[in-house]
This record gives sequence, structure tokens and C-alpha cells, in this order.
Amino acid sequence: MKVINSSLDELHRLLIHKETTSIELTKIFLDHIKKKDSDIKAFISITEDVALQQAVATDKKLAANEEIGILEGIPLALKDNMCTKGIGTTCGSRILKDFVPPYDATVTELLRESGAVLAGKLNMDEFAMGSTTENSGFFTTSNPWDLTRVPGGSSGGSAASVSAREVPYSLGSDTGGSIRQPAAFCGVVGLKPTYGLVSRYGLVAFASSLDQIGPLTKTVRDNAIVLNAIAGHDPKDSTSVPFNKPDYTHFLENNVKGLRIGVPREFFGQGLDPAVEKVIAQAIKMYENMGAVIEECSLPHMEYAMPTYYIIAPAECSSNLARYDGVSYGFRAEADDMIEMYKKTRAEGFGQEVKRRIMLGTYALSSGYYDAYYLKAQKVRTLIKEDFDNVFSRFDALISPTTPTVAYKMGEKSDPLAMYMGDVYTIPVNLAGLPAISIPAGFVEGMPVGMQLISKHFNEGLLYRAAYAFEQSTDHHKAIPALAGEVD
Amino acid sequence: MKISKKEVEHVTLLARLELTEEEVNQYTEQLNSILEYAEMLQKLDTDKVSPTAHAVQLFNVLRTDEVKNSLSQQEALSNAPEAEDGYFRVPRIV
Amino acid sequence: MGFSDKYEIVCGVETHVEMLTKTKIFCGCSTEFGGEQNTHVCPVCLGLPGVLPVLNKEVVNLAIKAGLALNCEIADFSKFDRKNYYYPDLPKNYQTSQYDLPICKGGWLEINVNGQKKTIGITRAHMEEDAGKLVHSGETITTSHSSGVDYNRTGVPLLEIVSEPDMRSIDEVLAYLEELVQIIDYAGVSDCKMEQGSVRFDVNVSLRPLGSNQFGTRTETKNLNSFNSVRRCLEYEIERQADLLDEGGQIIQETRTWDEGKGITLSLRSKEEAHDYRYFPEPDLLPLVIDSEWIERIRKTLPELPSAKRERLQSIGLSEYDAKVITSWKPMADFFDKAWEEFKDAKILANWVTGDLSGLLNAKNSSFEESPITPQQLAGLLKLIQKGEISGKIAKSVIEEMYNTGKDAEVIVKEKGLVQISDEGELEKIIMEVISSNPKSVADYQAGKENAIGFLVGQVMKATKGQANPGVVNKLLREKLTDN
Repeated sequence: MKVINSSLDELHRLLIHKETTSIELTKIFLDHIKKKDSDIKAFISITEDVALQQAVATDKKLAANEEIGILEGIPLALKDNMCTKGIGTTCGSRILKDFVPPYDATVTELLRESGAVLAGKLNMDEFAMGSTTENSGFFTTSNPWDLTRVPGGSSGGSAASVSAREVPYSLGSDTGGSIRQPAAFCGVVGLKPTYGLVSRYGLVAFASSLDQIGPLTKTVRDNAIVLNAIAGHDPKDSTSVPFNKPDYTHFLENNVKGLRIGVPREFFGQGLDPAVEKVIAQAIKMYENMGAVIEECSLPHMEYAMPTYYIIAPAECSSNLARYDGVSYGFRAEADDMIEMYKKTRAEGFGQEVKRRIMLGTYALSSGYYDAYYLKAQKVRTLIKEDFDNVFSRFDALISPTTPTVAYKMGEKSDPLAMYMGDVYTIPVNLAGLPAISIPAGFVEGMPVGMQLISKHFNEGLLYRAAYAFEQSTDHHKAIPALAGEVD
Repeated sequence: MKISKKEVEHVTLLARLELTEEEVNQYTEQLNSILEYAEMLQKLDTDKVSPTAHAVQLFNVLRTDEVKNSLSQQEALSNAPEAEDGYFRVPRIV
Repeated sequence: MGFSDKYEIVCGVETHVEMLTKTKIFCGCSTEFGGEQNTHVCPVCLGLPGVLPVLNKEVVNLAIKAGLALNCEIADFSKFDRKNYYYPDLPKNYQTSQYDLPICKGGWLEINVNGQKKTIGITRAHMEEDAGKLVHSGETITTSHSSGVDYNRTGVPLLEIVSEPDMRSIDEVLAYLEELVQIIDYAGVSDCKMEQGSVRFDVNVSLRPLGSNQFGTRTETKNLNSFNSVRRCLEYEIERQADLLDEGGQIIQETRTWDEGKGITLSLRSKEEAHDYRYFPEPDLLPLVIDSEWIERIRKTLPELPSAKRERLQSIGLSEYDAKVITSWKPMADFFDKAWEEFKDAKILANWVTGDLSGLLNAKNSSFEESPITPQQLAGLLKLIQKGEISGKIAKSVIEEMYNTGKDAEVIVKEKGLVQISDEGELEKIIMEVISSNPKSVADYQAGKENAIGFLVGQVMKATKGQANPGVVNKLLREKLTDN
């Protein structure tokens, strides 16, 4: 088995049995990135020096027969909205093109402490706003399964890099589906954890009450291993929940007998591609065959989730992005006075989608409209949360497609509203702060289909169990994009 | 029309964005279609519903009053577009 | 027709006090004043991408304390909101503040203007973060082609205390401010160092025809940093508004700025300025739930407040005026209280504290907090006078010596042989000499000029280098002069 296709367990085994070194491993992945990324364009920056430095450190420990952790000496890449001390962090925006954070995000720090090898920073839609990476301030990432198609977004680089085997795993962030949707489009496993499980400190904010960091991996087990490393209470994030973190790999049992899985009818309505629906129906059938109890259910306020999200997220973003003004960091446009500097800096530094959402959010919060838009949306958010509370009194998990369609062609979704509709199944989860996972469930015309499982707050363990059982009974996760396999 | 071109222009000022005439027209159209879509929220009776600002039910998250390391002046200014004598420098304010 | 026959002024004040914490409101940077620019900063208070605030518990404690001192209701549920506006001293371009659910509401304090007591309402008090400091390249903001930004003050915790528009004269405004600052100082909520900008005032004022019960259009002048500025600003602004109204003009509701040098207020209006703060709940901070147990815990830490202290001082024998002077400066009041523990004549003690000691400390550029003379030592000095061991005059030189050496009064008096001469035999000799060498004064006294005795006493004091007991000298002199 090729190294680049190996699971984290396998890579770890290779290291501790001295069948390879961290340097060797790291070089294999860096070479693969160099060969593939001219096509995939997943990376905004490749941090070869940092990677090799960490690899040397790991090899020293191995040579001294010291114990190493499961992620130690193994490469990964981070979505470029997670701060890395001394390493450029652009958030996919020209306004932060040359920004070098003087501090590490908590996830960065945790991974550094685990001895993980940072291979680079990944492309994304600017400020995580978008579903294709076409809104990146730099370039568009391609879907490894079909270079003419989008990888999804906003964590498109995170999904494409793992799918193309450029790195064994990556981190993404998910505000309305930005981990799960690209995971589905690229055929990898993506988890959006419960809001408050993974620290947001150092994650460049888009919509603070919705943002959450999570892992993208080839397999469910890899995902649980990475979550083990990044989950946990962080005193630097007030919204981080004090919580006794379990070992998530302990939930991985191939058994869903008696598991109560709800099928919310609102997630199978208009707009769902019948071919995708068929794949998910098969998956549901499979769960039933494995002994899960399947039952239809209803979340009556789901149709309101999209408009609610498109008020709340832009409102928070309009405030979060006010700081990009050219005063103390980031791009500054030449101007004679402050007002002009603000306006030009922001006009030239931000892309269209970001400006659109800033405009929308500013309007929704402005005097005279706050009650009608923002306050209303916050109230509907309560109704959406209550819908979930209700069904979770009867079900352990919900099942749905992750997206209504498979990955589409680049340039296909030019109308903003049409693009937003692609997040219809993922957005409600963020509004309620719930955990959800997308796993490969099959293919439609050669493109991967993602299946979403949703559960109660802090019930990631159950999601892993259900996802693992499905994965062990199918081969979808073993499929590799042809492009990824051409070398090695 | 939910939002007029004039209102869009006012919003560009609040948001400190310099937009071209063409962009203002385009945003006016796009914001209208999004806001019209959002209009469906008004169908719901939410008089007795309390708003949700946070996805988690936490309160009183506090830290102790202990001094932690600050950045050096050099680190603080390391990303400054313009700095002088330890200050961030900005153009004329009014 | 005079101003006061025509208009009544209506005034309210928003007071910002920097709270006395070690660290900033949302990060661990020091709040210490006067550091080199941009050295008390971190990613959080610089508003770098990705940072998050975590609330300093001491800020909440102090806000509760201030609320209790100002007779406020402490909200059992309060939250933070973002106030959005662009200014280069505000790194995030929003200020984290409290909007609709402040921590304190509905308080009051009492003022006393020319013997008239009046209650001034306090609408609310809320926590927020301070902004940074701008250093302009030119003389003023308007004549500068560029400015420097220092973020050391960014994130220093502020308590904004909003009064009701209850004040009807400049005297009332000043009385309110003095009382408020004293309360905040006493409660230990702020160091109230005005020269360091620890307290700043935004003054709202409007005029209305006498007898009207409707409010006129008000202006708000921001960022006044001394009582004197407030007084001058109000004098100017009231006159400006009155002139405008007299001419049949209209007051525009607006924010104005005070030009200290020129002594005028200026409009801050600009066509680019569109005030819409777009407040919304701060998603990065969670609500505060304050129970009665927490409130009671803080209440127990509240010291005696100025009004209670004034009453107590009057009850131990001080005049209303002395009580007011003593309490006007907390370190002085604390000094007085400690000295009073050992020297129970409040009136004499007050005279020394507000007179000689205060003057001495001033002259030496010292203060009651740093005074090398302890309250116990002052009490010791006053006891010596009381016992007649030294004269008041000698005491004045002793206190200076105490300041310089840190020694007790008794030690100095002993070392320098300053003990008062009360021995009648010893004094008699000197008195006889003075009588014989000042025949004119003796004659004057005997002719009924009572004043002349003062001169003769003075001569005796001079001859004894001030060590004679003036009471005894007086008595003996009268006896001798009558005998003759």
C-alpha cells in the first residue's frame, strides 16, 4: 500500500517500527504536493522548512527510542484561516495577503505540541464565505475527481488536499457547511463538531456564533484520532465548553443495532438531485439491514434555516470584518485621510462575495431594521433549535444527504442565492450548534456523494460509531481519485 | 423593493466600502433578492419566542485578574502598514 | 433681561471611569499607566484576526461595587454588546460594551448646593473597553496631516455611569461630579486620577424657557477631563445655546468637542459621519448571571462612603464645612480617621490635618498616601500640645522636623530641648526684664489699651525662643502689670 494512501495508524506504525522516518514521510508528501498541486491548487503556502524541522525533531526522538504520539512526525495542512505564528495567514483574502500572525491559534498550538508536521496552509473562499473556493482572493481549487469541477467550500483546499492524498489529514472550519460540503464533494470524511468543543481562538472569525473547526480525513477512524488532538476546553475561548473529553476512537464499533435513526422529510424535498437521493436511500436501507431503527421524522422550521442563516451570518461578519481597515495590519490603500483610506482599503482588499455579505449584514443591523431582520432571525433560530431538541428526544441521530447535488462545474453558480441553496442541509446544524459528520456514501456519474449524520450536542462519539459501521460495510472511502494515484 | 439604491449607498458609508456605480446597482439588486427571500421569516409568529444569541448555554465565563505577557513593541508593529517611533501611523483623521 | 430669568438649563452627564484592575477587561495585558507606546498590547487588545475576549472577573466585581455605592439595582442577568463604529483608536472598529442590559440600573446620589440637598438620579452604569490614544502630528486633530496610534489604553476597563438629566445649574453639575468621583474613589473602583484620564465626562445640556416642563434640544460635548473643563464648557455652551435661541435659531442635536485652548465647543458633525452603532449581542462573550450571594459578598467589601463619613465626622464634633473638606480627599480622610483613633479632639485634629500637615505635604510635593509622618505620629504631636509640653508654635517647627527625620515628636522635643517653659519662677525673671525694657507698652496697657499685652507676650516668647507657655506668660504678665 502506498504511503500517501495510508491511515494515520499505519503511518504511525511505519514510524515507530522504523520502517520509515519522519523526514522520509514528510518528503514523500511534500513531493506529492509539488507534483499534484499545480493541478489541484489546494495550497496557498507550503511550509517546507517548518515541516522538515518538525520531522527532524521527531526523528531524533525515534532514534533515542522515545515514545511518540499518534500524530507526531506525520504531515497535515491547515485551512488558511487558522493563525500560525510566524507563518502567513491570509484567510483567502488579498486584505491579509502579507499578514503574519505573532501568535498561534489554539488548534495550531495543540498540533505543534503533538509534534504534527505542518506542510502548508490551504486555499479557501475568502473569509470562509462561499461554497466553491471560487471566492478565494488568489485562485480556485479544483476537485481531484474532476478538475473542471469545484471542490466545494469554503474549506475546499482542506477537502481537495486530503482527497488528492497531498496530506493525510487537514483541518477546516464550518460556519454553514464549510467542512461537510467540500468533504462530500471530494469524497472524504468531514466532521463539524459541537459548537464549543474545539477552541475558536485563532480561527479568523466569519460568524462567531456559528464557526467551528473540525478535521477532514480519509477515514472515520482517522477523523476520531484528529478530533482527540484538537477537542477540549480552552480558557482563551469563552464559548469553549468545559467538558470531559472522551477518547473518540473508543466509539468505533461496527455495530448500530438498536440505534434510532431519524430521516427528516424536510431534507429530502425539492431541489434534491434524484440520483443523490437514491444513494442516500441505499445508505438508509443499509443501516436498516445492520439493525438500526429507521423512522421518518419532521423538523418543521427547516425551510426557515436558510433565510435565518443569511441574516445572522452576514450580520456577525459585518462586525467581525470591520477590523480590516489598513490601520495596524493587512493591506492599506494609499489615501490622504482616514475615511478615504478605510473605504479604498476595504473596496480593494475584499472580494465581491465578502462585500456583499458585509453590506447585507450591515443593513440587517442598521437602525430601523434590527428588529425585522436580526432579532427576528435570532428568534427563528430558537425555533430551529427546538425542532432538533424535539426529534432528539426520540432519535440518536438523523440522516440526510450532505448536499442536494454532487460537485458542479466551476462558474456554474453565479447567482449568489443559487449558490447559498447548496448549503440547505448543512446550515440548520450550525444554527443549532450540533455536531454532524459527512462521509462518502457512493457516487453519481463518477463524483462522490456525501451522507450527513447529525446528533445531539457533544454526541460526536455516537456519530463516529454510526459512520464507522457504515464505512466498514462499504468501499466508498477506499476509492481514490485517479489523479491522486498517478505517482508514487 | 426592500432596499433602495439610496439605502445601499448609506450602507456603503456605514460599512466603509467605496463602491462603483455599477457595484451599487448590482448590490441593490442582489440584496433585494436576498431580503425578499428572508421576508418568509415574517410569516412566523415569534412574539413569545426568546432570541438565541449563542448555540451553547453558558454564562459567567471569567478569568482572574492576572497579568500575562504582552507583545514587544516590535512584535506589535510587525504587521503595521506604516509605523514610526513606536506608533502605528495613520493619515489625517478629519 | 438676564439669562436666568429666561431659561432653565437641563443637564445630564455620562462619566467614564477607568476601573482599578491589574489587567485589561478582555486580556491579560497590564493596565499600568505610562508604558512606552504599544508595549502593553497583545493579539487580543490589538484586535488581530482570530482573537477572542475573556472577561476579567475583577471588572465585574468593581462594577457591582460601584453599583452598590451608587444605590443601583444590580442586574441578575446582563450581557455584552458590540457598538460598531470606525475610528483608528478602536482596533476592531467596534467597542465591546453593554447596551440594553447593563449591569447596574436605577441608582442615585445626593448633592448639597448652598445648603440645599437634592437627589440626582443615575440611569445606569455599564462595563466597556477603553480605546487607544492618538498622537497628532500637528497642534490639533484638524491641523494634523497624520496621527500616531498607541494601543496601550485599548481594552482598559471602563465603567460608564449615566446620570438622569436632573441637574439645573452648573453648580449642581459640579456638585454631582465631585460627589460621584468621591464615591468611586472611596469605593476603590478607580484611582480617579484625572490628570491621567482615569475619569472623563460627556456633558449633555439643553435649555428650556423657564416654567416649561418639556426638554429642549440637547447637545453632547464629549471627553472633558477635569471639573474645570466641565464648568468652562457649560458656561460656553449655555451661552451659545441661549444666544442662538434669542436670535430665534434652532439648536441642532449633535456631538460637540471641547477646545480647551480656545475655551469653545465645536461641532463634530461631518457629512461623512452617519451615526448608527448597529448594536448587537457580542457573540464571543456569554451573559452574566449575578446572584444575591455574589452581590452580598461584594457589599461586605464596601468601605464607608463619603456621605456616611461626613455624617460621622460631624457627629464627633466637626463642622459641616470641615467634614466636607476632610472627606473631599480620601487619603486625607483615611489619615484623619487613623489619627483620631489616638487623638480625640476632632476639631484640633482637623485643623492640623487640613492646615499645617496638608500645607507641609504640598510644599514638599508629597501626599497623604506617601506622608513620612504617620497618623499616629501626628496624634503624638498634638498630645504634646494638649499636655502643655510644647506650644503650638514650637509644634509647627517640630512637624517639619518630623517630616525630615521620620522621628516621633517626643523624641525631637527631647533632643532639641524644646519642652515648653511653664515654670512660673523661671518665666517671672524674663517677664520682669521685658516690662522694664518696654515702658511704652506697659503704659499703654495700663491706660486701657488691651492690645498692648499681645506685644509684651510676643517679646517674652521671643526671649524664650518660643518655648514659654503662652498661657502662663499671659497670666503672669497681667498679674505683674496690675500689681504695678
